Order: sequence, then C-alpha cells, then structure tokens
Amino acid sequence: MNSFLLTNATLPGGSASDILIVDGRFAQVAPNLALSQDGTARVLDLTGCVLLPGFVDLHTHLREPGREDAETVASGSRAGAKGGFTALSAMANTFPVADTAGVVEQVFRLGKLCGLLDVFPIGAVTQGIAGKHLAELGAMADSAAHVRVFSDDGNCVFDPMVMRRALEYVKQFGGVIAQHAQEPTLTQGAQMNEGIVSSRLGLKGWPAVAEEAIIARDVLLADHVQSRVHICHLTTAGGVEIVRWAKARGIQVSAEVTPHHLLLTDEKAISFDPIYKVNPPLRTHSDVMALREGLADGTIDIVATDHAPHPNENKECEWQEAAFGMLGLETAYSILQATMIDTKLMGWSDLADRMSTAPARIGGYSQQGQGLTVGGPAHLVAVNPHKSWTVDRDLLQSRSRNTPYHGIELPGQVVATFFNGIPTLLEGELTTEVSAHG
Amino acid sequence: MKHLLSISDLSHGDALSILDTAHEMARVSSSSVKKLPTLRGRTIVNLFLEDSTRTRISFEAAAKRLSADVINFSAKGSSVSKGESLKDTAQTLQAMGADAVIIRHSASGSAQWLADSHWMSGIVINAGDGTHEHPTQALLDAFTIRRHLGAGSGDLQGLTIAIVGDVLHSRVARSNVLLLSLLGASVVLVAPPTLLPVGVESWPARVSYDFDSVLPEVDAVMMLRVQQERMNDYFFPTAREYSHYFGLNRDRLALMKRSAIIMHPGPMNRGLEITAECADSARSVIVEQVTNGVSVRMAVLYLLLAGLPTEFGGVDA
Repeated sequence: MNSFLLTNATLPGGSASDILIVDGRFAQVAPNLALSQDGTARVLDLTGCVLLPGFVDLHTHLREPGREDAETVASGSRAGAKGGFTALSAMANTFPVADTAGVVEQVFRLGKLCGLLDVFPIGAVTQGIAGKHLAELGAMADSAAHVRVFSDDGNCVFDPMVMRRALEYVKQFGGVIAQHAQEPTLTQGAQMNEGIVSSRLGLKGWPAVAEEAIIARDVLLADHVQSRVHICHLTTAGGVEIVRWAKARGIQVSAEVTPHHLLLTDEKAISFDPIYKVNPPLRTHSDVMALREGLADGTIDIVATDHAPHPNENKECEWQEAAFGMLGLETAYSILQATMIDTKLMGWSDLADRMSTAPARIGGYSQQGQGLTVGGPAHLVAVNPHKSWTVDRDLLQSRSRNTPYHGIELPGQVVATFFNGIPTLLEGELTTEVSAHG
Repeated sequence: MKHLLSISDLSHGDALSILDTAHEMARVSSSSVKKLPTLRGRTIVNLFLEDSTRTRISFEAAAKRLSADVINFSAKGSSVSKGESLKDTAQTLQAMGADAVIIRHSASGSAQWLADSHWMSGIVINAGDGTHEHPTQALLDAFTIRRHLGAGSGDLQGLTIAIVGDVLHSRVARSNVLLLSLLGASVVLVAPPTLLPVGVESWPARVSYDFDSVLPEVDAVMMLRVQQERMNDYFFPTAREYSHYFGLNRDRLALMKRSAIIMHPGPMNRGLEITAECADSARSVIVEQVTNGVSVRMAVLYLLLAGLPTEFGGVDA
C-alpha cells in the first residue's frame, strides 16, 4: 500500500483539512486525520499551503515529434509537473503534424512512457494544418489517444465552409474544435497589437478585429450546426464581449486565456525584445482588465498556457525574424495568483475551476478535474501563496529558455504535485523518481 | 546619450546641440580643406543590411571629414537570409574593435536591439530601421528648415510643417514628427487614411486628408516617397489617383506661401508624389538637404565619439 498523509493544508473552500491518499486515490479528506493513522502513511506537513486539484492545460506545445531541440514530451512533462499540472494537451502543429492516428498515438505513448502526468494529444482539424481538407478526425478519435479536441493552432481554420464541416463532423463523437482565431488576410506579416504602440514602433499591426471577426463568425457557425467551439487564447475586450453574448444566447462556446495575456501589455514591445513576441500578441491595458473580468465572471472558462518553447537562436534576433511564443507551464500558477488571487478578483475555488475542473470538462478528460473528492484519482497540487520566487531561465525544466519573466520575482510557489497519488514534485523540486525519466 | 537610436531619446537641448554643432561642421565642409583630425584612429563601421547608397555615402563622407577610419559592411536582405545572425555580426565587429556601428536594417528596432544586446560595446547609430525611425534624416531636415525659415539658430517655434504621403511605412515621418514637435514646430500629416497608422491620433501632429486646404498655412512641405508596390496592397487605387490628391504639382505650388520650401528625403518618384517642375523649382531645397546631411552626420559622430559639445570651440580653430 502506497499512502501519503498531507496535513495542515487549506482546501479551496477555505477550510483546514488533512488529506489521505491511498493507492492513487483520495481515501479521506477531513481534519485531524493524523490521530487515526497507523503510521504507514508518509506524512507531509503542508502548513501555509492551499491544496488544489491538479492543473489541466488545454494548450501546450510539446514540439515532439520534429522540434525536439525546443521541447520533448518528457521535458515538457517535467515542466508541467514543476508547474503543478497533472495533464497537458499536446498541440498538433508538430513535424509531422498530428493529423493522423499514427502521430497522436505516438505522442500519447511518449506521455505514458514518461508517466509524470497525462498527455492528451490534440488532433489537427485539417491535413497538415493547411486549412483545406479535413484530417482523419474519426480515426484520431478512435485511436488509443482517444482524441476529442481538434485544433489547427498556429493557423486559423479560416475557410468558413471547412470550419462548418469540422464543427458538424466532430458531433458524432462529442469532439470540440479549438479555434486559433486569426483572420489571415488582416494579419499578413503582423508583428504586434495594432494600436498606439505599433504606430510609434513601426511594427506591422495585428488588429483586434482580426481575432474578433473569427470569434463572431465561429460562434454563429456553432449555433447554426449545434456544435461545440472552443476559442483558444482570447486576447481582446471585444472578444470577451462576443463570447459573453454567445453564452447568453445558449451557444456552446468555451474560451481560454493565457497567463501572459492576463499580465503583460503591448508596451513591452517598446524594448524590441522578441521575448515578448507572441501570437496572438500582447494587447492593451484595457484588454488585460477585460480578460481578468471575463475570467472572474466565467465568460472565459479556463486558463491555458499556450506554452510555446523556442530555442535561443529563434529569439536572439531581430523582432521581425523571431518566432512567436513564450514559455508558460512553470510560471502559470504564479501569474494567476498575481493577476487574479492577489487582486481579489477570484478565490481559490474559482482558480480550481478555471485551471482544473473546466479544462478537463472541455477536453473530455474524465480522469482529470474531479476535484479533491474521496474515491477520485489523486491529482493534486499544493501551492504556497506566501512564498515568492525569482525566475531563472537557466533553471527551468523546459528545454527552452524563452520566458518573459527571467529575473523577475513572482508571488506564490508550487510546492508539491501528485499525479495518480504519486508525488512528481515535493518541496518545489521534482522527485528523484521523476528525474530518472528521460 | 550614448547612442542615437530614436529621436525620442533626445531632449530639446540635445537636439539643439546637434543642430548647432552641425552649423559649425557646415563651415568646415565649405572651407578649402574639408577635414578635421578629431576622430583620427577611430574605427567606424557602416553596417548596411538594406540597400541605401545615399545614406551610406553621406555617413562615409561625414566620418572621413572627421578623419575616422571607415569600414563598409553591406549585405542585401535580412541577416537571416545571408545565413549569419545579427548577433554573430555584432560580435565580429566588436572583436575587430569597432568604436561605432552605423546600422541600416529592414527590421524595425534592429538598432535599439543591437545597442541593448551587450554583444557589442561600441556606439550604435540608427541609419534607418525598417518603418521605425531614421533620426539623422530628421535632424538634417530640421537643420535645413532652420537655415531657411528660422534664424539659423534656436528652435522651430511658430513654424508649420506638412509631411505628405506614405506616413504608415515611413521612418522619416516618424522621426520628423518627434523632432519637429520637440523643436516647437506644428506638424500636419497629409495622407489618405490608408497610409496613416492606426494610433496616429496619439502622435504630436494634426492629420488632414485635404492637401489643398493645408498648403496655404505651411512653411515647409515635406514629400514622402511612395512605393509603387503599395498599389498592389490596396492602399490606393491607382498611381494617377494618388498623384491627383496627394502629389505636389504646379497648381499646388501656387497655393503655398511665397516663403515656403519644398523638401523630399529622396529618392524621388518624379511624376508620382512630386512633379519634376516642383522638384526642380527655386522653392525646392532637396539638393541642399543632401549637403546638410553630411554636416548633421558629422555633428552626430563628433558628439557621440569625441566628447562633449563644449570642447568643440578648440577644435574648430
């Protein structure tokens, strides 16, 4: 019997409790469990910590196969465990693209092999994420990877007829299309948010309307064919408004926001440092405030990292030449604490919902996001909101170093992560069993 | 001021000091021996990663008149397309002991990025970065305006300058809006809405779509080059329609004040944004802008490489 007793922690609802984990499941959740134990359980004192269900990321670029120089399923899994995640969703824009049962099963198997968390492959909507012909969605759904989320992320499913057919087709197995909302003709060569800052910097603008036009179109399409659409990385105040309107009409739409869009603005581009180059781009202060409000009131369902590793050579260059994207897994919790918890916009239960319950529900991950319920799989993260840390890009678990927070002190530390009752992170360090993997 | 990357880094005093120094440099250029020993032994690299013969020659002439050693490093296209990163280029120049690098690059921000990179300790001068800025062009334009319309000294208070044409893609316009307003001039941008950036309302300038209504009040009209390929990107319907509404021609010349001057950073598209008649008219100071470019660039090199402006008096003798 493999058991752990976590003591003196606070539950999301605010009450103090102990938690007993036995053989991968939550056996008991109640105060003062220590008194009734026979001493076989390993005891962890989590005084000062808040316990949350293991985080579920619906948007992760693990880069394998094809760009193992940037990240692998194994290194991404370690970064996930470090960040408190017990499930990641591997985006399809790999080389080759995850548009067949073969590729999604390969990624799924690599995740199992690593074993630090669940890796759920996302399948491409169209062959080669080229937007022309539907990929074999049914074969991916039927595969061992059991794919339910489909996305051409990196590219927008731009052709409205292709989008319509995709939305219709995935209804037969309860799938969802996760749309990267970017009108391509309005964003040719775009480098950053179009507005006051871009006008001064002479960097080509990526207008908010290019995102909002696609969101508006796709919620209407989803309504028309009675299917489910998920909006990836929402970044604009207008986008929040459209999703709010669609939800009020009963349209099956869900939306995500990244940690960086909850914190950073386009003013960062004034440095011309490509570490801040990301797609969709950093927006304005009022967009950031609208995103926070939308996440707090549930218009935006979830936080997703859009963890996008890139090797140094793709970031140590001119802004226009640099790759889009930034790391997210290992800093996500701290950014959420800074932007949503410390600002009192959300409580711990809301955070548990946005980072675990809701993403698991949208992705159809039945063994994730069940909360801290007795009998459920013991996926858990313990965070210490009172401890801060300074980000050092050289000490990250990711293979890449493109974090925008290098050298910055962030509030809140992920102290422990449990995946199926096994600790993958203890006292802020990956466990030795974990380090042995790949 | 260690580098010259953007006009926004300059104070009113910095800008005047550059113009005043350029004034002294112009006297050197017009004397029989056009050379000062000031930068003897200094190595200046012209790192031109985008085609620009005019600006490169102007900087080269300026550096040589100050007795600096000049190395020209030209490569067409981006650093990536020629297979070497700007980082490696910067480290190479550092290893060769460049005291200053004058960079022209198609990517906005490349000059600032080079200066901030710590891969090179030398001085960086922005000779045009993408559609961001071209600070020495703005300085030579201000210098030219001051010679003709100001007292030849002081700032540009009370003057109204129109900048006409493709503001959206113009680094010359961005630098000029900042500098002319810094010097107290009032700036009017004249362009079709498609060639003005979203966010232009935050600039220290007025916007007009009506060239004719602006002309009677301006003291200088600065025409911008319009690239023919813009037509293919829906910025305007035809070259003829563009010329009709935003080109400088004989009829518009007649609307200008008698004292007003015509400027153009070059190279011109004669017949598109400006007719030959206007470009070659007595009101045109376009050729003089080129001459002044050398003096202004001498001033910038001198101030950045040789020390404080107060030392100048001794050298000038």
